[in-house]
Amino acid sequence: MASMISTRRRALSRGPSGWLAVPALVFFLVFAVIPLVGVLFLSFTSWDGLGEIRLDGMSSWAAVLTDPVTGNALVVTAKIIVFSFIAQAPISLLLGVFTSGAQKYRAALAVLYFVPLLLSSAAVAIAFKALLDPNFGMGPGLGIPALTQDWLGNSDLVLFVVVFVIAWQFVPFHTLIYQGGVRQIPASLYEAAQIDGAGRIKQFFHVTLPQLKYTMITSSTLMVVGSLAYFDLVFVLTAGGPGYSTRLLPLHMYLTGFKANDMGAASALGVILVVIGLVLALLLQRLGGRNRSASQLEGA
Amino acid sequence: MASTTQLAAPPAEPATSSERVTRRGKSPGMRPNIIGALGGWFWLAVIILPVYYVIITSLKDQAGFFTTNPMLPPAEPTLSNYKLVLEQDFAQYFANSLIVTIGSVIPALLVSFMAAYAIVRGSGWFVSSTNKLFLLGLAIPLHATIIPIYWMITRAQMYDTLLALILPSIAFAIPISVLILSNFMRDVPNELFESMRLDGCSDWTMMWRLALPLMRPAVVTVGIYNALHVWNGFLFPLILTQSPSTRVLPLSLWTFQDEFTANIPAVLASVVLATLPLLVLYVVARRQLLSGLTAGFSK
Repeated sequence: MASMISTRRRALSRGPSGWLAVPALVFFLVFAVIPLVGVLFLSFTSWDGLGEIRLDGMSSWAAVLTDPVTGNALVVTAKIIVFSFIAQAPISLLLGVFTSGAQKYRAALAVLYFVPLLLSSAAVAIAFKALLDPNFGMGPGLGIPALTQDWLGNSDLVLFVVVFVIAWQFVPFHTLIYQGGVRQIPASLYEAAQIDGAGRIKQFFHVTLPQLKYTMITSSTLMVVGSLAYFDLVFVLTAGGPGYSTRLLPLHMYLTGFKANDMGAASALGVILVVIGLVLALLLQRLGGRNRSASQLEGA
Repeated sequence: MASTTQLAAPPAEPATSSERVTRRGKSPGMRPNIIGALGGWFWLAVIILPVYYVIITSLKDQAGFFTTNPMLPPAEPTLSNYKLVLEQDFAQYFANSLIVTIGSVIPALLVSFMAAYAIVRGSGWFVSSTNKLFLLGLAIPLHATIIPIYWMITRAQMYDTLLALILPSIAFAIPISVLILSNFMRDVPNELFESMRLDGCSDWTMMWRLALPLMRPAVVTVGIYNALHVWNGFLFPLILTQSPSTRVLPLSLWTFQDEFTANIPAVLASVVLATLPLLVLYVVARRQLLSGLTAGFSK
């Protein structure tokens, strides 16, 4: 017994046992890694969700790749990623810099900015559906004709409405990330810049922005990869419509699998989703050069 | 912010004290930032307008909803919509959400904390590749895996149970939890571990007696962050449950929409009721949550 303890001590003196990581690893393997392999496997089968799963070669892939709706879903997804990035990134950055200021009221504003994150996407979608209603929403309420539109029924407008609602819900989160990033910039850098006579705008471009490089990569990665997960918001807000105008990839996958009962094709769409996510994440990491998160990803 | 105030702290000599005053007046900017302030208040308006609309509309009766100005509060506020929602098995959905959230967040915290301890304090290929796997999980849209998860849950006879929601929620919470917790774990001074080790403590003891108490703020932050996600989760409930007895709040909002059809005030009352618990939690723990999240993500 005593010798057992002493060997254990010696092993422990090199640090804790890897066993401590095993429970988390098991959960993650069973409910994330195995399904990830499973989605690839299921893309080569045909399955209606209830009956037998039959191996079916490339037929699901052929169906998915020749279906014009897939192409459309990819375009809609790309648009949402790009537009919601363009909408969110500058606002989050500026608000993050703003709320990191020393003034008390800025911190109070930051507390209020967080409120949209408390709502579920379903709740946000329902609220905006009512708010945007051309008869009983904000347009007639405020008496502004430009705001009185069939926002969700007009296929030219609806995508921008979706982007706006996404920004409304997720800008607060990225603001928080930037706020934290700004607070870690050493004050001495600003003092040096001030001594050199740099004004606020110069300080922003020459101190704040360069110092926020890693924060930008973190936030952008979460933003872009997050765009691939906008499901519930769009599902409740527009259900992909009108027509196919907001049917983005995750929604297309859900509808193909659980409404059209074609799990094989839906799995192929799932694989496409994973590949896009990985490629975008790696691209963003490369874009930022070797940085902390990249070296973490590579285990360096 | 803290470091700015520290730097502005009084130096001893009176000669510099006037300089200190001006500097403090200037710090961190120079003139008041008018454009920034305008932008900040404007965004607040953007945030508040929909929230205001939801609250005032939920207090209108149905006739009032159709006749009064949508952006003005009702002349005679009524709680009848709230009563109606509470009569629709709301308590059941609330309880389901509570069970799923607590049942997911506590185990996720436990296993993530242990993993973060192993990753930060340990070494070797096993922990480093486990860490890499979790980081990769952050880059993958995990929702792409819903079809195999649906298959697993149905095969395990767990379809339409709360456990079906809990198990994948735990797994999906792990990558971000491990990332944030290990960021904080790195800040615990090594000397503390060394001195405890000299006292003959095992890693198991150090983890619970040293690391956990020191990291309580981080653990609370991660816990609330995960709770937000699970409480508001929609996709798993949508594909893994179907009956009212296993319905959770976000899904109930969606079904209320069908049940109440034209009764928008009642639908919006359900939105308020479903958000209320998180709002209370936020009011209580906002300082901890905000400071924890800003620190956790920007390291």
